[in-house]
Amino acid sequence: MHPNLSFDQAPPISVPYRFFLVAPWFGVMAGILLAWSGADALASRWTPEALALTHLIALGFMLQAMAGAVFQFIPVAVGGNVWRPRLVANAVQPLLVLGTLFLVAGFLSSRFGLLSAAVPLFLLAVGGFVVAVALALWRTPATGMTLWAMRMAFGGLAVTVLLGTLLAESLARGLAVPMIELTNIHLAWGLGGWALMLLAGVSYHVVPMFQLTRPYPAWFTRGFGPLLLLLLLAWSGQYVLGDSRWPVATGALLLAVCFAYGAMTLWLQYTRRRKIHDATSLYFRVAMLSLAAFAVSGAAYFLIPAIGTDPRTVVWLGVLAIVGVFVSAITGMMYKITPFLNWLHLQRLGAPMSAVPNMKKMLDADAMTGQLRLHVLALLLLLAAVWLPGLARLAGVAFAGSSAWLGWNLICTVRRYRTFRDQIRAVALHP
Amino acid sequence: MSITTPLFQHHKHCDEIFADAEEACGAGDWAVGAEAFEAFRGQLETHFASEEELLFPAFEAATGMTSGPTEVMRGEHRQMRDLLAQMQAAVAARDSDAFGGAAETLLILMQQHNMKEENILYPMCDNALGSSDVGASLVERLK
Repeated sequence: MHPNLSFDQAPPISVPYRFFLVAPWFGVMAGILLAWSGADALASRWTPEALALTHLIALGFMLQAMAGAVFQFIPVAVGGNVWRPRLVANAVQPLLVLGTLFLVAGFLSSRFGLLSAAVPLFLLAVGGFVVAVALALWRTPATGMTLWAMRMAFGGLAVTVLLGTLLAESLARGLAVPMIELTNIHLAWGLGGWALMLLAGVSYHVVPMFQLTRPYPAWFTRGFGPLLLLLLLAWSGQYVLGDSRWPVATGALLLAVCFAYGAMTLWLQYTRRRKIHDATSLYFRVAMLSLAAFAVSGAAYFLIPAIGTDPRTVVWLGVLAIVGVFVSAITGMMYKITPFLNWLHLQRLGAPMSAVPNMKKMLDADAMTGQLRLHVLALLLLLAAVWLPGLARLAGVAFAGSSAWLGWNLICTVRRYRTFRDQIRAVALHP
Repeated sequence: MSITTPLFQHHKHCDEIFADAEEACGAGDWAVGAEAFEAFRGQLETHFASEEELLFPAFEAATGMTSGPTEVMRGEHRQMRDLLAQMQAAVAARDSDAFGGAAETLLILMQQHNMKEENILYPMCDNALGSSDVGASLVERLK
């Protein structure tokens, strides 16, 4: 009757955790790279270091963590069932790690053959992941705007990787393609069509769920995703149309849509019923304030020529979007997901419920808020370093430090899972 | 209004009184907190009973699915009852930390449980039970 209805098919705990445990260490690599490179790295978005930093975080941190979260989220939120999640994760993750390292090495060494080598790895990793998830997303009996946002996001991920492939091959083979326009389209799909679309779709559920806000209004969830998709398609027409006013018009509308999502989420948080703040709600607030700042700065980029022509402006926008919005939102989510997953899997071991420690015993609140403070400091230093290059090394050290702290917090969570699991099993064997 | 609309609305009501209990007990205001917690526990029990005694049996009879989604939901009700018991013990012992830990766990469990019901099970129930009188009985119980 409903053959794909998978109410209780949460994947093995190792599936999301392998992605969560790896992601922060790419952030550490990015921080170290910036600390090593120093002042010139952030002079424009085209420096080898800036390209490497962008992909270390976008692929190494964001895509890793988002992939892990999607495996966990699909069965619960949309009742879908990813085909053999352990097998898919086993195949996807190593390819993704290797592809990211090749790509970054290619940018840093300007050996474009390495970019070419990364292409098949990404096509296999992301292609396999998109197909596995798309099957689950199209066969589920569930409905709703989260489902549609996720479907659109996976389309956005596919477009991003195909454009990335075209860019990498063009560099490696010296093909004559309009690099700047294609890069603009590639990053709009990656940050907007994939990352923001997924974040919004997931927020429709998790913002009301974790923070007890009112739900997003139906007109908003019905409008946001389709409008974002339409505007991305329009933005992608910039190369075909060749009219310089087109990217300004579509870009301004895209920024307005981003701002609307950030403002709506902040408003829901502000008017929520639950007054207790935790690392997750604070991280979401940082992410949404960064998104609003991104939209306002983006408007200045388009409207004020002196700002628009400065190559550092785009770097500023990149720091706001990648570190401010996505690293913050993803970290906040991981701080809520991992203690709950520990609890969920431990209580399935069959021990009496009272033997399973509650969520707050899985990860110390102080460790989370301390890491949050360091992350905010790193974000502010990174933003300042765009205009004051002397701060770049310090910003790199701070970001490496906050990422390492996140990595350590997640390792501690997994260690507690193991400790509690062994205790429960020992009691079951020798009651 | 569909058959399951009253249950859907009652989820939101439970969320609101949960927040009251969590805030008061977290702040150590045990007089207010104990009362708010009892109100929350009572409403949640009413909700579980409405589903277990009315909606699930009707759905199982109409579809023949007795070991599917309803079984999973009953299991999660058991888990939530256990957490309610831990919260009640914490209220009795006036232990804010123990209350907060159990409350946080219950909140997430409850929210993902509601999400599965609202997105998947309730629509299935609405389809399967469209012409029955289950809806009127649910309205009566959750008034």
